[in-house]
Amino acid sequence: MTSLDTFVHLTTTTTAESSSRSDNRRDVLSILRNFPYGLALAWLVLALVLLWATVPWVFTGHDPLQGTPGGQLKAPSALHILGTDSLGRDLFARIVYGAVHSLSGAIAAVGVGLVVGSGLGLIAGSVRGRVDEALMRLVDVLLSIPTLLLSLSIIILLGFGTLNAAIAVGATAIAGFARLMRSEVVRVRNAEFVEAAFGSGGTFGKVLWRHILPNSLTSVVAYTAVQFGWAILQISTLGFLGYGAPPPTPEWGLLIAEGRNYLATAWWLTAAPGLIVVAVVLSANRISQSIGRNSR
Amino acid sequence: MSTSQKPVLDVRDLNISYSQGDERPTVVHGVSFTVEPGEVVALVGESGSGKTSTAQAVIGLLAENGRVESGSILLNGEDISRWSARRLRSIRGAVVSLVPQDPGSSLNPVLTIGAQVREILEIHGRLDRREADRKVIELLANVGLSQPELRIRQYPHELSGGMKQRVLIAIAIALRPALIIADEPTSALDVTVQRRILDLIDDLRREHGTSVLLVTHDLGVAADRSDRIIVLQGGRIQEQGRTVDVLASPQSAYTRKLLSDAPSLAAAKPRPPVEPGRPAALTISNLVQDFSLPTAKNFRAVDNISFSVARGTTHAVVGESGSGKTTTIRSIAGFQKPTSGEIRIGDLDVASLRSEALRQFRRKVQLVYQNPWASLDPRQTVQAIVEEPLLNFDPLPRAEREARVRAIIERVGLPATVLSRLPHALSGGQRQRVAIARALVLEPEVVVLDEAVSALDVTVQAQILDLLAELQRDLGLTYVFVSHDLAVVRQIADTVSVLHNGRQVDYGTVEDVFSSASTAYTRELIDAIPGQKFPRAELSRQP
Amino acid sequence: MTRYVIGRIGQALLVLWAAFTLSFILLQAMPGDAVLIKFLNPEFGLSADQVAEIRAAYAVDSSVVVQYGHTLVNFLQGDFGYSLQAGVPVSAQLATNLPPTLKLAGLGFLAATLLAVFIAFLSSMAPFAWLRNAIQSLPSLFISVPVFWLAIMLIQIFSFRFRLVSVINPGPWESLVLPVATLAVPIAAPLAQILIRNIDEIRTRPFVAVARAKGASETRLLWRHVARNAILPTLTIAGVLFGELIAGAVVTETVFGLNGIGGLTEKAVGNQDLSVLQAVVVISAAAFVTINLAVDLAYPLLDPRLRTGQGAAA
Repeated sequence: MTSLDTFVHLTTTTTAESSSRSDNRRDVLSILRNFPYGLALAWLVLALVLLWATVPWVFTGHDPLQGTPGGQLKAPSALHILGTDSLGRDLFARIVYGAVHSLSGAIAAVGVGLVVGSGLGLIAGSVRGRVDEALMRLVDVLLSIPTLLLSLSIIILLGFGTLNAAIAVGATAIAGFARLMRSEVVRVRNAEFVEAAFGSGGTFGKVLWRHILPNSLTSVVAYTAVQFGWAILQISTLGFLGYGAPPPTPEWGLLIAEGRNYLATAWWLTAAPGLIVVAVVLSANRISQSIGRNSR
Repeated sequence: MSTSQKPVLDVRDLNISYSQGDERPTVVHGVSFTVEPGEVVALVGESGSGKTSTAQAVIGLLAENGRVESGSILLNGEDISRWSARRLRSIRGAVVSLVPQDPGSSLNPVLTIGAQVREILEIHGRLDRREADRKVIELLANVGLSQPELRIRQYPHELSGGMKQRVLIAIAIALRPALIIADEPTSALDVTVQRRILDLIDDLRREHGTSVLLVTHDLGVAADRSDRIIVLQGGRIQEQGRTVDVLASPQSAYTRKLLSDAPSLAAAKPRPPVEPGRPAALTISNLVQDFSLPTAKNFRAVDNISFSVARGTTHAVVGESGSGKTTTIRSIAGFQKPTSGEIRIGDLDVASLRSEALRQFRRKVQLVYQNPWASLDPRQTVQAIVEEPLLNFDPLPRAEREARVRAIIERVGLPATVLSRLPHALSGGQRQRVAIARALVLEPEVVVLDEAVSALDVTVQAQILDLLAELQRDLGLTYVFVSHDLAVVRQIADTVSVLHNGRQVDYGTVEDVFSSASTAYTRELIDAIPGQKFPRAELSRQP
Repeated sequence: MTRYVIGRIGQALLVLWAAFTLSFILLQAMPGDAVLIKFLNPEFGLSADQVAEIRAAYAVDSSVVVQYGHTLVNFLQGDFGYSLQAGVPVSAQLATNLPPTLKLAGLGFLAATLLAVFIAFLSSMAPFAWLRNAIQSLPSLFISVPVFWLAIMLIQIFSFRFRLVSVINPGPWESLVLPVATLAVPIAAPLAQILIRNIDEIRTRPFVAVARAKGASETRLLWRHVARNAILPTLTIAGVLFGELIAGAVVTETVFGLNGIGGLTEKAVGNQDLSVLQAVVVISAAAFVTINLAVDLAYPLLDPRLRTGQGAAA
């Protein structure tokens, strides 16, 4: 909430400043020229994919699970804009209906990392001393195991499935969030305005709430966006390896795995879902970048 | 110097602009001046005056978004403003060279001193390696560095700030250029070091007959060191002429204002002497502060300092970097526990206070920091910043709280419209006023000002100093004023402590310390105040 | 200095021990006997003596604490137990699978470094703003591409479409071209990003302006003043890159059907082969810790600022 307020604040003040500088006609021109088209496109991509996840039936009339007999491996056409797979199912429908699996998995994974990781980082950075030392060693241990191996270890424990894959990816995100949150808290703690806040009689809790948290949050929010993109990649990787959602779920990684056998004859089966993943991840990274830039 | 000679530098109608988004504001407007052989010309101005841009254009080092729009820059009679980058390289370092502003970051941290001095010889010369090495040692000895054979193998972090600036000067004079551009060459250095470096530049200039374009914000430095002065404001020349003439009879109103605001040059209005018998607001006895280092030995930052400050007066704590002045005031403000000694404010001993009592004690002592960019939370509005101390203590009804915030904002000379703004929408001076308002809203007895005007332009600095004096008069405040600038101290303090390496080497009324300093160190500090060659400074010191 | 080195080594050992313990808790504290029942399956063709030997090796009849100590001692001696799937010692499997993975990872890392340096310096030398922007956005594109998909696309384009790289009976080096390219992309991306950021940041430092004022050319500035200062900090992400290499190897070897640690890991997960996975996890953690330790110990030798200075004041 606080971070959202400050975000709005930042954006409104900067636009107010720039508009007061020049007259209206030049404004329109400069808006056209300086409009962040890439960023707008990134938000558009995410919004579209979010809609796919919530109301997929609006975007396609085909059934993602039921194929048309005799309509297997058809090339893209007006009827099937991305063609059909080996069971005659519409690929576009499968991608649209698959959005919910990839997105919810990524959101759950980032949620786990954000809540647990930031919590640990906040405690470590605020309390300092032994607790900090112990928590950071724990983070070192988590970081010492390559992320994919850590995910695989958790999957072998919990078994395959969408939710388990999400937990496995989320667990690997904890260490990063914890480190970032701690370093942000420590950075802000050392800022002069925080000392000034203590100097004007603030208690630790009040200073934490008024100054340390709001000033730490921007980079955590930016990092969350990056992690979201990264989680999409990881979940699709686990799906591709066959550890995520079981067939016939149209999860994006699984779609690519299924399409792989028809590389020579139906290349679009692998190309299309992959491009969607790339677009979503790129968008998340672009948005993160814009948030990070605003904070400075 | 004869006027028949052609000038080393002849800048004609120079216009410089910077691209910002799709706009291209011009920051230097029609600037024209010359630098004759062997002459020192000072470009003086406040931040945003265009002095640095002008100097950078002369050596072709404008930032990537900067551009010379029109005008010409004649170096030894040749216009270099339209030269290709390749051609410019041939004169950089050889004909015109640079002494940069911040010696701390102006040397490559991963190359040895020797390699960095030798580089300029490599670029322009055809000296073989052994000859170059000999020349490097000779240059380093020339700029007064001890043990030059050792220095060439050292890295920048092993040298002090003054030594680094000497290395940079050695680089600048290596090829005996016709013109040296000194861009605020001493503003990052302590005042005694500043004096030695400026002396060095003077000596070398005389020896080689080099011209110097001295860029500075400090009129005192310009007055002492230059033959001619050019005063810039907002990218335009306000006035130029012989230094003596400009200082004696300034023609433009802006120059007159600069002169009257510069603490080192202004005719100081002597403060009325403090009547004896006032009660002490703050007493420090035998303060010692040790810091533990990873190595076995403790470091004693403050060693047995004692002074007392009468209520309603200003006590200055003066010293160079590492003197212990910051440590002293942090103890006073209760941010660290003294190793031994006593700090009394009224009837409270600060050192004995624990958590909640210490928090209550904050009402009595407030600190104003040097840098208002860092000491205000960038995400709080002015209203929230000033209101915060009130929220930390007895709950007041909202209406009363807002009334008090409004009153104090008005008191520090800000319009009520700033209340809804964020710090980044304010100027440096306005920001420092907000910081002062935050300190005063709790109605403290003692206000500690940590270099509170050092980061500000001289005209803004004068306004803030006036405000502080006015607030003291009206509210009966007691100030502890920490500064490295003795000129400012002479202007606003009643009593002064001079610190050196953690010890108090002089203590007394400003009058006494300035007229009869008891130690050589204090004498050196006072002599190092720039602007003393200027006749009016002599006048002003007389009662 | 010696105290720092010893302390740092101690810290590394502590992390490694904790990583081992974590993996033990996660993977071996499961009902141990239940998995071992598998070995009794006559299909394995193990004699009663062999089964007893395996049971003794795992100390399955003892308490968890004894098992833990037993496993720790075994690991320290390079004995990682038996593969539940193949019934052979894990150390033997690792020995046969390590060389091809090292070859792939080494080549991939080399290619990634070259690619990253190429991108970073090209972007800083690009004459036009649009070209600079285009080059600078390459790393973020690289980072957004799923590695497995990239591998498939490379096969699709270079093997099926243009028939440049044969997929049927390729030569020993030909078979490595696409895997190495696949592996290089995700490693090069973070490296290039950090390099570009450092180069941009260092170019604004005052010492670069001073060098320019000496008359130094742009090439000299870039190589003598910017490059070294920009490359040094990239060492600190060496450990992270190693993790990426491992993940990349798993995916690449799976897609290209190569033998190696990655393929072994993938099969181990599919078959619930805990011993193999634990061995891979612990060895990776050991490698990660060693790399970071080496970087931390070597850094002061490369960066003069961290060497103990003598006689700063004079």
